[in-house]
Amino acid sequence: MNIGNLIKIAISSLFRNKMRTALTMLGIVIGIASVIAMVSIGQASTQSVKGELSSMGSNMIMVMPSRQHRGGVDMGMSTSKSLTNKDLKMLKENTRYVAAVSPNVSTSKQLIYGNNNHSSSISGVDPSYIDIRKLELKEGVMFTDEDVKRYNKVCVIGKTVVDKLFTNGENPIGKTIRLGSIPMTVIGVLESKGQNGMGNDQDDIVLAPYTTIQKRFLGITYFNMLFASATSEEESELAATEITYILRSNHGIKSGDVDDFEIRTQEELVSTMSSITRMLTVLLAAIASISLVVGGIGIMNIMYVTVTERTKEIGLRMAIGAHNRDIKLQFLCESVILSLIGGIIGIILGLIISYAVSRLMKLPYVVSEMAILISFIVCALTGIFFGWYPAKKAANMDPISALRYE
Amino acid sequence: MAKDILRVENLERIFRVGSEDVHALRGVSFVIQEGEFVSIMGTSGSGKSTLLNILGCLDTPSGGDYIIDGVSIKNLSKNEMSTLRNRKIGFVFQNYNLLARTTAIENVELPLFYNTSVPARERRERAKEALKLVGLENRMEHMPNQLSGGQQQRVAIARALVNDPVILLADEATGNLDTRTSYEIMSLFQDLHEQGKTIAFVTHEPDIATFTTRKIKLMDGQIIEDAPIATQSAAEALAALNLQKED
Repeated sequence: MNIGNLIKIAISSLFRNKMRTALTMLGIVIGIASVIAMVSIGQASTQSVKGELSSMGSNMIMVMPSRQHRGGVDMGMSTSKSLTNKDLKMLKENTRYVAAVSPNVSTSKQLIYGNNNHSSSISGVDPSYIDIRKLELKEGVMFTDEDVKRYNKVCVIGKTVVDKLFTNGENPIGKTIRLGSIPMTVIGVLESKGQNGMGNDQDDIVLAPYTTIQKRFLGITYFNMLFASATSEEESELAATEITYILRSNHGIKSGDVDDFEIRTQEELVSTMSSITRMLTVLLAAIASISLVVGGIGIMNIMYVTVTERTKEIGLRMAIGAHNRDIKLQFLCESVILSLIGGIIGIILGLIISYAVSRLMKLPYVVSEMAILISFIVCALTGIFFGWYPAKKAANMDPISALRYE
Repeated sequence: MAKDILRVENLERIFRVGSEDVHALRGVSFVIQEGEFVSIMGTSGSGKSTLLNILGCLDTPSGGDYIIDGVSIKNLSKNEMSTLRNRKIGFVFQNYNLLARTTAIENVELPLFYNTSVPARERRERAKEALKLVGLENRMEHMPNQLSGGQQQRVAIARALVNDPVILLADEATGNLDTRTSYEIMSLFQDLHEQGKTIAFVTHEPDIATFTTRKIKLMDGQIIEDAPIATQSAAEALAALNLQKED
């Protein structure tokens, strides 16, 4: 018997029991739809995390002093004074793959303007900082190298700070605000960046020349951190190597000894974050595939019932000349068609669900061709796997007793 | 001389029930020639069902030989037996065995699906012809539950005829029908017989057997009677039945 006839017979059998066919399909539909939706939502969140991280500057490199240990006691991170002006100067002048370097010294102060006050952290940085961090100015200007040289009392503030201090909607540019007891002139306002991936407000920020913070606020000469940017994303590893080399020789670290600083490239961060979200995606898909297995067992259950119920039909088909193989293939065909049609509906439903979720959660809408392909194959295999035993049972019936079955 | 359609030689069939051997057939021999209308009679337990199963190639004998249309079923594989059933035998069952929720014409087409020598486009034509032969040409799109018992049996007969078999095997084909409808079906069988079909008709009702041309009677797995009989016309019996009613 040719395959076309088989499919015709299988389809007409499925049509004879529309309700049961639909209900059996439902199991597969739900299984496939949840797999597709979960994978696509997982991939969308991976993509959105990645996008967010690269918006922070994909070729950014962070240098932090290592934790200090003295006599077995962990002294914490900020106690280290290893990053100095000398390092900054060398990094600015003697590197090939480092495009810009900015130190970072930070302190926390109360900001006061008129009757309003707001506590915020203040970062002392180099003018190149806004390029490294991919910040943009909404109004005014960034301070200059000249301001850095003269410890000028100027600052650039973020949107949250503006909202807290300038409650009457005044233009902050040119106004003087107090940082603790020191008056500073606002010369620029940053474009809003909103929250980052961890939910921190990126607009609650005050930037000032690092020298101003070092001399006027803290009375120190070292830096808490260095921010650098590589000439390109691909070269960030090279740049990191370069920085390591310069810092090691500056700090007089002998070969074989450990660094007294840590370097983190954005790339590492991206790969860490995306491996987390990828794991999440796999987890979601695994949970969803349980429902697929349940759907498959549903098919098997119904196929068994069908075979028993249609014993007489099987006997008749055998009596009028069906080979055992024809019977087996007919039932196999039925379960495969059942699961494939269920799969197609499931894929469409899954895409609709993931589209709705992406709109609702403001995630990018990702269609995973791979997930569609795999779930389609899984569907066919489910049909064959769970249809096999019922089909075999049907094919092995004895025509005489099948005909007599009541 | 007419061709031998069935030749049964010293047929034995032994079933094992528990630790005991039950001899359902003990050396049955006969020949059915082309164009014969044979009734096979016997009480239950006489072995007629076993004989029918073997004649229908659904079962294999424990001993002896069975030759249908020149083919011995000894040493045939399961698949070869299936093909034999498809091409050479037309079954008519007591309870019709039609597929539910399937139109009459689709039911009749069914055996053709398993016959690779019939192209798909010929199927419908042949099914239509077979239905015409049993007088149901205007019931083709009806479902079995929309047909009377007699009509359902006609569909089953059309299904048995559609592959143009060498023999029709009817198993108590009138068992589920009232007298009038039984006579109608027998009249249809007689028509088919006149057109040259070979028919073997298993029944336990003596009056049904009188419509055939030859009677084989079984008892305890052996033939106790095999003789031609004076055939009654089913059409006349039907007319007589109608007269009785009017009285």
